[in-house]
Amino acid sequence: MLLDVARGFVRDQAPIDAVRAQLETDTGFDAATWQAMVEMGWAGIALPDTVGGAGTGVGSAVPVFEALGGGLLGTPLLSNTLAGQLIWRAAGESAAEWLGRLCSGSVGTIAYLDYADWGAANLGVELGADGTLKGGKSFVADASVADCFVVLASEGDEAVLALVERNAIDDSALTENVMIDLTKRAANVDFTGVTPAQVFRGDAVAAALRDTLLLGALLTAAETTGAAGKCLNSITEYLKTRKQFGKLIGSYQALKHPTVDIYVGMENARSFVYHGATVVGDEALDRDAEIACRMAKVAADDVMVFAGDRSVQFHGGFGFTWECDSTLFIRRAQWAQQMYGGAIHHRKRLASLLLDS
Amino acid sequence: MSDNKAALSAFREEVSAWMSENVPSDPGFLLPLTFLEVGTEQQLDFLREWQHTLWSAGYLGMHWPSEYGGQGADPAYQYIVDKELAKHNAPIIFNTIGLNWVGPLLLDMGTDEEKAKYIKNILSGEEIWCQGFSEPDHGSDLGAVQTRAVRDGDDYLVNGSKIWTTLGNYADHMILLARTNPNTERKYDGLSFFLSPMKIDGVEAHPIRKVTGEYGFNQTFFTDAKIPASCLMGEEGGGWMVAMKTLEYERGVTAGQASGYWGVTIQVDDMIEELSKLEHDGEPLLSDPVVRDDLVGFIMDAKALSLTGRRTGIPALTSDYPMGLALSVKYRGTEYERRMKQYTASKQGAQSALYVGDADAVSGGFWQRAYFSNFGATIGGGTTQVQANIVAEHVLGLPK
Repeated sequence: MLLDVARGFVRDQAPIDAVRAQLETDTGFDAATWQAMVEMGWAGIALPDTVGGAGTGVGSAVPVFEALGGGLLGTPLLSNTLAGQLIWRAAGESAAEWLGRLCSGSVGTIAYLDYADWGAANLGVELGADGTLKGGKSFVADASVADCFVVLASEGDEAVLALVERNAIDDSALTENVMIDLTKRAANVDFTGVTPAQVFRGDAVAAALRDTLLLGALLTAAETTGAAGKCLNSITEYLKTRKQFGKLIGSYQALKHPTVDIYVGMENARSFVYHGATVVGDEALDRDAEIACRMAKVAADDVMVFAGDRSVQFHGGFGFTWECDSTLFIRRAQWAQQMYGGAIHHRKRLASLLLDS
Repeated sequence: MSDNKAALSAFREEVSAWMSENVPSDPGFLLPLTFLEVGTEQQLDFLREWQHTLWSAGYLGMHWPSEYGGQGADPAYQYIVDKELAKHNAPIIFNTIGLNWVGPLLLDMGTDEEKAKYIKNILSGEEIWCQGFSEPDHGSDLGAVQTRAVRDGDDYLVNGSKIWTTLGNYADHMILLARTNPNTERKYDGLSFFLSPMKIDGVEAHPIRKVTGEYGFNQTFFTDAKIPASCLMGEEGGGWMVAMKTLEYERGVTAGQASGYWGVTIQVDDMIEELSKLEHDGEPLLSDPVVRDDLVGFIMDAKALSLTGRRTGIPALTSDYPMGLALSVKYRGTEYERRMKQYTASKQGAQSALYVGDADAVSGGFWQRAYFSNFGATIGGGTTQVQANIVAEHVLGLPK
């Protein structure tokens, strides 16, 4: 099973010391690890085989992300996968060359947010009549290592996708963000004056964007669920070994019962994420798939925020230190809960989907 | 469609048609929401006849062996029947302790003689079963039970009292956990398990009124009651293991129950339908953004339960904590239902203050009663808090 293979990979390649070694590097990941992932076919795992991907459907990326989350492993795979989805869904096989590059490990990323609001139209970057872009994007994941950017822009009233090569941008146009989760990287990017290598237009763009954002929520949820499982392990290990007042602290119900709630929340999130994996496909996402992606994100966010928060608290004074892995978990929780829309964003949309039909 | 799927689909149609013909209409008196609240002879007679009708049609205990009154069918068939019972708003199948706990226990661990003697009458409704585990001073701490059974020739002489004995005042038999040896090193080793008669001298069941205002359970007193030694199940002193196995069936950790339809099924859709009739600030309640957000939470809780239920049987998807989903099902399910019913009972404006019997109560006070009744599920069979300890200790490996 792919989950076991992926977990084995993470165990071998990314013990926690290796993860910590990357926290304060420029790229946030080990190039050899990324190369090994590419060789396993993960860079194209969500893409059809006609464009160089695995051809097993986008859902097959779910166990890989769950495993990566379990190791808190920083890689550009999420950015790369979603850039691939956006291009594939907007342009299909006509973009085979771009997609082939992504599958072979050349990193792509999506430049989506104009500012902090995942729910806004984010059409602030303009594509002018002279063929150049004007404006910048915020929080562009893995921008500093990306070879190409899929930039959401407006051309008149229309949403378009502009493909920008990294070598068309000056280094000075990138302003690295200080991330709350040090396994993650992002930057603000000014695209003013840049001429895109290619522009995708037409009706497919809006649908592609909508579906890619939903898949972003699902894959982030998968990664977050993996992290929650790992966080749970770290809590239970501590509760089984730490003694106070002559007793193992795991015997106290005040610690035991919230830990059970983390377990239950993690299992629920896994159920939502696996369900999501079975209802998304290469074609446009239907209502069930939309509901599944949104529910998965809500469930994963909720349990990870709770788990990360309780992990710091239950480790006591040690939990408050940089040395304790709770630091990594609580920071991952705070990063993940906003990515591709937070719980409130998705619950509001679920209310319409579930109650107004 | 595979042959099996086609057969199940045809069966579903057959059962649905049968139920349209045979599910009794409203008898004109209040029926219990669950098997825990059978409180009048009128209810008892009605439910007994209904169970007998269902069994006679071949739709109860379908996966139990045919020699004991079942059909020897795949469990999927009974599952379909249970679903159709809910769909047709059928009266509950009330002999639950027999059907879901004692029956599977006997099929699993009983002697051929015990199976032949008891199982068919459980299915037909001819004999009602109750459970004598909890005592006034020992509920969650079951290993500490004090009711004494002393060997006296061919009998055991029983003294003590049991509490929360659901159906105890109507029951023919009790599964009884009693102390046969007070001097063992481990308290568990002094316990024995009996298939004990109820309608004998020295056994009295006194009904207890519940928070719903209804009856259904009892305190059962044993005063020099003589139980034949042949009623001992397993070995003397080996009762704890049998009791633990019983609890696996009671809590749904192990499958084999004759019918899952032991209470009126209340789904999140029922909640939304009820709330859609209500108003708040002169507007439909369902247009209130706070309520809408709450409902998303309830719908997700329900969805999580059903998705996780489906995943429970797939080992590859549960490998991290192999028994975790089964051992947490009571913890996950019963608390969600309690919150859901309380929520619905409290969104009716001033009518939230009305109860069953008031002509103006929303749906006859159904939700208020259902909320209170639900404590039977969060307390009975091991409280939520004990369930949390079980998950913590047996799934996560945390210390006692």
